[in-house]
Amino acid sequence: MKSIGLIVRRELAAYLRTPAGYIIAGVMLLWQGITFNAYAVGSEPSLSTDVLLRFFEVAGGTTIVSGVLFSMRLLAEERSNGTQTLLFTSPIREGEIVVGKYLASFVFLSVVILLSLYLPALIFVNGKVSYGHIASGYLGLLFLGGSTLAVGMFASSLAKHPFLAVLLAGMFAALLEICWWVARISEGSWASIFEYFSPFYNHFQPFRRGLLQLSDVVFFVTLVYLMLLASTRVLKSQRWQ
Amino acid sequence: MIRVEHVTKYYGNTPAIRDLDFEIQEGECVGFLGLNGAGKTTTLRLLSCLLLPTSGKVTVRGLDVETDPHEIRKFIGFLPDQPPLYPEMNVADYLTFAGRLRKMENSAIQKRLPEVMDTCGLTDVAQQPIHSLSHGYRQRVGIGQAIVHDPDLLILDEPINGLDPVQIVEMREMIRALRGKHTILLSSHILSEIEQTCDRILMLHQGQLAAQGTEAQLAEKLGTGVTIKLSARGERSALQSVLQSVPGVVDVQFQGGTDSLQHVVVRTAEDVREQMAKSIVSADLGLLSLEREATGLEQIFVQLSKGGSQTGAATPGHTSPGNAAAGGEA
Repeated sequence: MKSIGLIVRRELAAYLRTPAGYIIAGVMLLWQGITFNAYAVGSEPSLSTDVLLRFFEVAGGTTIVSGVLFSMRLLAEERSNGTQTLLFTSPIREGEIVVGKYLASFVFLSVVILLSLYLPALIFVNGKVSYGHIASGYLGLLFLGGSTLAVGMFASSLAKHPFLAVLLAGMFAALLEICWWVARISEGSWASIFEYFSPFYNHFQPFRRGLLQLSDVVFFVTLVYLMLLASTRVLKSQRWQ
Repeated sequence: MIRVEHVTKYYGNTPAIRDLDFEIQEGECVGFLGLNGAGKTTTLRLLSCLLLPTSGKVTVRGLDVETDPHEIRKFIGFLPDQPPLYPEMNVADYLTFAGRLRKMENSAIQKRLPEVMDTCGLTDVAQQPIHSLSHGYRQRVGIGQAIVHDPDLLILDEPINGLDPVQIVEMREMIRALRGKHTILLSSHILSEIEQTCDRILMLHQGQLAAQGTEAQLAEKLGTGVTIKLSARGERSALQSVLQSVPGVVDVQFQGGTDSLQHVVVRTAEDVREQMAKSIVSADLGLLSLEREATGLEQIFVQLSKGGSQTGAATPGHTSPGNAAAGGEA
């Protein structure tokens, strides 16, 4: 546990000291602000709930993109800088490295996600939505972001360079979403299987509508667990290369 | 302390080291010498639990690198060929982080840091971010992370790589200062470095142990003994017969010259310059110069590298019993 805390602290300090995190956060918040005005609120009068639904739709997309971008510096950067040698010659387990790095990136992404809270708050100026709906949507965003980071972690464990890692992470994340499209052209049980694997289209939507379902939570937690487990295995296997 | 038994390591289909077999005692300072690609880095990475052997067994203090890497890592300090530095951290924070990774308590690190900074000459840059440091300073920070937890086994891969002459001298001093306190393994393709800092040399060539021992033992193992260069007036045949009559002469090679002037390189088992000079003079050949050529590590290295392991096999009679020069038996 001590080692995990150590990794988390160092990682967070690195996020704060390097410009990449700020740049990604800034661009994402700016994009959310612009689309909130142009798309969620729009020019036509609309229901407050619809504005919130449209906001969460955009925020879900930016969260996935941020998650992919944040994950690039997780393991691939250590490998390309040669700093993983320090970790791997220290008495610290591969799992602790993976969990520590994951938690740090999740904390940072959560802050970026929560910074957009001022946008749904603006709805209260001219309308009314339930706090529960906002809370459910944000919980969904955290799960969506957390699972994207875990997928990105796995991609990062495979790639030798951060740039490759981000491409691979983007590809994995896209593949999961494409499952939804595949589901629409499949039939019978295949359709429901494919549909199940789409985090955004299938498991985020209930959160977005203010609906908290255990099955969605189980999906996200399982995805994170499996991805982190796979990343740990990849790190362990590097000794065999 | 370290036992390497018949270790082979393949990267894909390429063998990096083949059937390596040696032992290192507690407190020794051992240098791994070899050309680029000889297998030095792979060997050191195996010993520091970063890689696993394809076959064979590596144990450190009786612990197997395959099953107990976690235990071994507790008493190892490793400087890879590229120092593992986080550019955005400052030196003091980085060394503290390295200490914490090695399970040191915060108070112990704060006590230890000034000592490490002093040994590595980092006191002046303690608060500087690592990305602003020059290559030489980065290398020092790399050593700092390797020694911060006072490890029993210190492994340095090419510690003087890329340093300027002044820094090389400083680094050498630093390694000397660390000797005795730690078991030190270091690698280099620069001969003078190993010659000056290590008790014992393991020479690797194409992934195999070409020779091991002290510098003197290596020279003996090669059986080169002494090389004498001389120039003399006279006919080649006359000079040749005179030289070959000198006891202990192994090989006579004429290198250019004219009908009446000869330049010769003579290899002898021991230093027979006096008898040789006497014989030449008494045969009425005009001796112009005669000198012993230095048989430094450099020459041994070049010869061993050329011959690979067959050089060792060709001169078994010169291996003195009981010394560590018997490659493959240690």
